[in-house]
Amino acid sequence: MATDIAAPGVDTGGTPEPPSEARTRRWWRRSGLPAAAVGAVVGYLIGTYLGTWVGQDNQQVQGMGHNDFAVTLGYLGGTVGWLAGMGALTYPVQKMLGYQPAAEHEHERSLGRYFRYTLDHKVVGVQYLVAMISYFLVGGLFALAVRTELLSPTRHLFPPGKYLEIVGEHGTLMMMMMTSAILGPFGNYFVPLMIGSRRMAFPRLEALSFWLTPAAFLVLLSGLLIGGFPAGWTGYAPLSIQATQGQDAYLVAFGLMAISMIVGGFNIVVTVINYRAPGMTWTRIPLFTWSMLVTGMLMSLAAPVLVLGCYLSLMDRTVQTALFDVEHGGSPYLWENVFWFFGHPEVYILALPGFGIAAELLPVFTRKPAFGYRIVVAGMVGVGLLSFFVWQHHLFVSGINSDMRPVVMLTTEMISIPTGFIFLAAIGTLWRARIRLTVPMLFILGGLFNFLIGGISGVFLSDVPTDAVAHGSFFVMSHFHYTIMGGYMFFFFAGLYYWLPKMTGRMLNKRLGQVHFWTLFVFFNSTFLPLFAIGELGMPRRVFEYADSLQALNMWVSISAYLIGVSMLIFVYNFLKSTVIDPPSPLPANPWGSRGLEWFTSTPPAADNFERIPTVVSGPYEYGTGAGPMAVFRDEDLMQPEGVS
Amino acid sequence: MTSAGAPAERAERTDREHVRRIGLIWLVLCVIAMPLVYFVLGPHLPPGNDSYQAASQQQDNAVLAVIATPVFLFIWVYVGYAVKNWRIPTDTPVDQIEDGPAIRGHRGFQITWIAVTTVAVLGLFVFATVEMAVDYGAGTGSGTSPIWTPAGFSTSVKDSKLLQVQVIGQQWRWTYRFPQYDGVETADLVLPAGQQVQFNVTSLDVIHSFWAVNLGVKADANPGVNNIAFVETKAVGPVDIRCAELCGTYHGAMAQTGQVMTHQDFDTWIRGQVALHQDLIPQLPAYDDFYVPQTDGGYYDPSQDPPPPVDSGLPPASPSPSGSPAPSPSGTDTSSPSPSPTSS
Amino acid sequence: MNKSGRIGVIVAAAAAVVIIAASFVVYLLAYPPSVSAATVRSGEAEVTMQTVPAYNLEPEPTWVSYMIKQGDAWVHTTMFEVPAHSLVHFTVYQYDTGSPLRNPFMNQVAGTVGGTENLNGKDISIVNANVGDGVGHTFAIPALGVSVLFPGISADAKNPCTDPAPCAESFDHNTITFTIKTGDPGTYSWQCFVPCGLGYPLGNGGPMSTLGYMNGFMKVVA
Repeated sequence: MATDIAAPGVDTGGTPEPPSEARTRRWWRRSGLPAAAVGAVVGYLIGTYLGTWVGQDNQQVQGMGHNDFAVTLGYLGGTVGWLAGMGALTYPVQKMLGYQPAAEHEHERSLGRYFRYTLDHKVVGVQYLVAMISYFLVGGLFALAVRTELLSPTRHLFPPGKYLEIVGEHGTLMMMMMTSAILGPFGNYFVPLMIGSRRMAFPRLEALSFWLTPAAFLVLLSGLLIGGFPAGWTGYAPLSIQATQGQDAYLVAFGLMAISMIVGGFNIVVTVINYRAPGMTWTRIPLFTWSMLVTGMLMSLAAPVLVLGCYLSLMDRTVQTALFDVEHGGSPYLWENVFWFFGHPEVYILALPGFGIAAELLPVFTRKPAFGYRIVVAGMVGVGLLSFFVWQHHLFVSGINSDMRPVVMLTTEMISIPTGFIFLAAIGTLWRARIRLTVPMLFILGGLFNFLIGGISGVFLSDVPTDAVAHGSFFVMSHFHYTIMGGYMFFFFAGLYYWLPKMTGRMLNKRLGQVHFWTLFVFFNSTFLPLFAIGELGMPRRVFEYADSLQALNMWVSISAYLIGVSMLIFVYNFLKSTVIDPPSPLPANPWGSRGLEWFTSTPPAADNFERIPTVVSGPYEYGTGAGPMAVFRDEDLMQPEGVS
Repeated sequence: MTSAGAPAERAERTDREHVRRIGLIWLVLCVIAMPLVYFVLGPHLPPGNDSYQAASQQQDNAVLAVIATPVFLFIWVYVGYAVKNWRIPTDTPVDQIEDGPAIRGHRGFQITWIAVTTVAVLGLFVFATVEMAVDYGAGTGSGTSPIWTPAGFSTSVKDSKLLQVQVIGQQWRWTYRFPQYDGVETADLVLPAGQQVQFNVTSLDVIHSFWAVNLGVKADANPGVNNIAFVETKAVGPVDIRCAELCGTYHGAMAQTGQVMTHQDFDTWIRGQVALHQDLIPQLPAYDDFYVPQTDGGYYDPSQDPPPPVDSGLPPASPSPSGSPAPSPSGTDTSSPSPSPTSS
Repeated sequence: MNKSGRIGVIVAAAAAVVIIAASFVVYLLAYPPSVSAATVRSGEAEVTMQTVPAYNLEPEPTWVSYMIKQGDAWVHTTMFEVPAHSLVHFTVYQYDTGSPLRNPFMNQVAGTVGGTENLNGKDISIVNANVGDGVGHTFAIPALGVSVLFPGISADAKNPCTDPAPCAESFDHNTITFTIKTGDPGTYSWQCFVPCGLGYPLGNGGPMSTLGYMNGFMKVVA
């Protein structure tokens, strides 16, 4: 049932509605993917032409034989053209020029709306889901290439420069593109449903945050075709200033993703603060929503610093400012500090949504209230706050002022206290529970197991003397793979298996899901556990040759990595089969028996979520208390005393 | 703490019994595992024992591992116990699932947890800080003005009692300068055994990281910065050297093996190097904390900067970087002032 | 769309992904060709190289580059093979102007037989790159301790090479010969240590970091 989402302030009461765009224009004249593709090409050409014109008389540009202006402006122009073609700029431009913008109608429920710039947060959520899985798989392919190279310390598969490009692409795809892997699909889809809202606060910003991601993805991948970037995902200057054109792709793509994070996160924060249904007090907000709130705040506060860093690097590369060039008075520490000021909150942007999902699902599959609700919230907020004070632990051996090191060591060690609260909650929730080992629950338990290893290895890194051994080695690699892949991605899969029945009405095949979990869990651990040892034994990161004595371990790791790939194929097969090819019969609206408000909508939820804004009468985790449903939808039900359903 | 709504077949054990059983299993495993970790695994933990700093890092690793062991065991034992004892069949129809007891929190458990984690974390912080102080930075790059320095440290090379080794990182190899031996520069790292060494790590181009694996030394080589790391060598043996910060294409190739020799052998070696390079030494730049190469040759010397305008509020031109001996007269001083337009 | 239609779309999409991924892989695997050293007699081999100031051909016309001779033809590569446990004689034609070395440690020849190199007929063991014409390029194999310098031609040279590579011997150049003794089989990276990436900050970008231009691999085969 199509409903108008009228622009605020526009009176649609009495004025005749302008005909919807969808019904009057032909497909090639409408905003959408074809127009976006054309816009991208046109924008790229304009940008490249401008850049060539700017740089043409510059001696340094001539000497290098390529023009960073042209590359950068080309990518930026292409992105603007892409967004314009998608229709992202239509409304703001029309408003700025004083026109009455066309009321945007949510189109008929066709497949096409998933390829459009849409204001329905649920559609954006599904778009994000498919996109994030795709980026993840592509990044995984790069990882397999890396592991293939590392099978032998002396026989080289890729030329060393190309190998570094591959390493950089893998890292950047994962760390950059996947930052919104939980907030994007599940945050955008479910936060309004969980708080009883019919919409997001800024639907256009939300759609913008999504449509920036394919642009960033294409910019990043195209960097491979123009020489790639040799500086890894951390992009340290001065190496990044020295690099060829591919580095511009990295800087532009990261800048675009940072903007995506800022607008996406900001949108969620405002929605949670302002769009809660009556009765949805701060102590009744689901823990997943709390995690989205804190993550959104971190994104909004930390990502601008990244944009700054990328901008400064681009300045150094194009107009030859010398911010990072020691020869002309710059400082190599500047990038490290700017980047990690963003980079450390970034990894908590990755960790917190996972905690949110774990805290959200545990009560459902243990049929108990969330143990220590306020402590979990305090933990998430504490982690978020403290994450801004620990970034210098990435610079422990850089030669920073040695007075700083014990201070930062203290803050970094202290951040493990709020991080531990999620385990406190898990322990408490499991006590005397009614545990159902469904596939989502398996992923939660597996994720907690992995995150424990990741978190404890983080303590080894927060301690300066042990960091001396581990910094810059495969130990660090294993630590963050355990927390991000073993934690974040396992929780992502838990959320996916859990929420897909609400999004599509179908559950993923249980048997295949169990196979997926166990193969992924076993092979993930067999891949990354030896890497702790490999790192401590002296293998630095990002190298293509290493000590012969480490070959056997590396071969074991590479083979395990391939088996992770097999596990992912099983998942992809299951996903495609259950959603597209041969979906099983539709399920009841609440197959897991959850109390959460999102399960009390239709499947899939109606275009505006709730026919009437519900009134919340109890929390989402009141299992075993005899409380009735979380919310009532009709005034008559409000008259009943609490507890009578 | 009540367990409201517990079905009959689970009423066998009280909370206290569960706690006791979990606690017992955990305790037994800890008693077995912790000594194994510290005494059996500990002496084999990286980075080994080839210097006092490495030994100190190895001990820190062992302490952290021992403290981590009961944490791991607790979570694993508890979750395993919970899944075994408190599980219901996965395919129980939703409307037949009975809810568990409505336990929202437990003050005693929460306070104990927070207290234990806080104490552990603060204890580790104090332990590591003490270790850094006692071992003069525990082998890490401590920057230009380290706050914990061994006896005999001096900011001037002439007065220093430590063996000064300048580690110069460049794309893509390491070279080493010994200012106390005529400022000779060598391709290999050789150190005497049983010696307090001061590494002055710097770079000529991008950020590298000097990692002497079995000596426990890791110090980033930053251009324009003198990053000081202290190590006290022990016995004769090889030194694995790696670059631990991505510095470009051949980052992985910046690996070599150095050597720790007896004092006499080291003396012989270094004198041999000075003799071998005696024509070269006058052509090297004067020994300095760091070298900032200029595009048209030479190195940046801030004392050659033009003075700032009188009323700019800026301090007057800084003198040459401290710590270096008087520049040796060589036919090479093409140190240009602020760089002229690049024309290479 | 019915089920077989859906399967068809998915298979087609998967095939497209595989093809794109495979093309990337093939693109990334591309090595410059490898040249085998010419055998003079048993236990001795020869390698002939030149360094050009600007390649003057696509894809990177402004970049400096090495080239290696195979038979009578010059190949644009930096990968070559030499026999193990042999004497390998190198002849290098150097067409580029010079500059001081970033690290004057490499003013001194190292790792060659006799510790010297032969520059235009004269044996030398050290070149003061800070004065005179400087050094155009170096050839260093850090793992084997080899470091040889190729002094630059004068900045006022009358006949510098401006043709597309390879440069003919009629242009101004310096000729350097040296010999190294190879050991066990292995793959050793080698590079130039003169930051000659024109226009790149620090000079080490561009050709300095790209295989086939200013760095490569020497493969010692049994």
